[in-house]
Amino acid sequence: MKARVIVMPKAAVLDPQGNAVRDAMQHLGMPEVRSVRIGKYMEIDIEGQNGDLESRLHHLCRDLLSNPVIEDYELQKAEGRNQKKTPNVERPTRRRKASAGQALNVRLQRPKTTKRK
Amino acid sequence: MKFAVIRFPGSNCDQDCVASINGLDGLRAEYVWHKETSLDDFGAIVLPGGFAYGDYLRCGAIARFSPIMKAVISDAHAGKLVLGTCNGFQILCEAGLLPGALVRNRSLRFVCDMVTTRVEVDDSPFTHGCPKGALLRLPVAHGEGCFYVDPETLRELNANQQVILRYADRQGRIVSGANPNGSIENIAGICNREGNVFGLMPHPDRASDARLDSADGAKIFRSMLQTITAGRTATAPERVKQVA
Repeated sequence: MKARVIVMPKAAVLDPQGNAVRDAMQHLGMPEVRSVRIGKYMEIDIEGQNGDLESRLHHLCRDLLSNPVIEDYELQKAEGRNQKKTPNVERPTRRRKASAGQALNVRLQRPKTTKRK
Repeated sequence: MKFAVIRFPGSNCDQDCVASINGLDGLRAEYVWHKETSLDDFGAIVLPGGFAYGDYLRCGAIARFSPIMKAVISDAHAGKLVLGTCNGFQILCEAGLLPGALVRNRSLRFVCDMVTTRVEVDDSPFTHGCPKGALLRLPVAHGEGCFYVDPETLRELNANQQVILRYADRQGRIVSGANPNGSIENIAGICNREGNVFGLMPHPDRASDARLDSADGAKIFRSMLQTITAGRTATAPERVKQVA
């Protein structure tokens, strides 16, 4: 069995890292970005799938993988080994170094005038 | 009186703790490896700063499952004094001995600085001899020292006088400019409801000698010794009753 665990900071907990990334995205030409929250994603490979495996896994999610004071977790089960991987990011061709805009899959609009207040 | 200084893989203030405790009259500190299972020989327990288990996953998240932590938790419940500084504070929170959690500094920067903290309670087992309002100059060095609790727990902390230290400016005013990490209400150190477990982000171990610019940290270790010799930990539950 394969499991995926997503751990996210609770809404009430300040996420300065997410704020910094949000600011960077806005600077890179996406003023539409309202907020970014940064969490953790874990892929866990487990032998067998015993009856109480899931409840034990939930137990460890609460005890070890997340801290319920500041984080919420989500446990996703992915059964079967031949799961098709579907990358959700189109990788830019390697001919030249990808710009930040390409990585974000957006076209950067540089302001024509560089005058700033 | 013998203090145990717990060594986790990745602790790096264990020597500072032992040196500062050994520098005080009537006190002796010994290292205890985290694989040990008993702390019966010791009068008090110190969890030092550092990066136990490399801070993997979260600070203190893995260290709290070290074998010695069972003894730390049971001794804490029995009323023994437990002090956690910096990473030790993070471990105590992860272990559930103290409420709240320590998250990334609001500035996203590692802070390494001398700060002023204000004692917030009139008498605690750890600040005996420091009246309410006394200022302690202590160094901080951390990247994840922003104290967070939910509003309800925060109310309880304040009502039960569990906030022992707050970051203050040199005049003792609690202002945001004096807050090095964005901690809620400038909280620098808290104790449990019973008063015998104390965690703080600043390092008393790095300020126990006048040659280190401040000897205020020694007041905390000395206070622990006074508390133990006077048998005052036994009165801790009464203190809870008074404020409840």
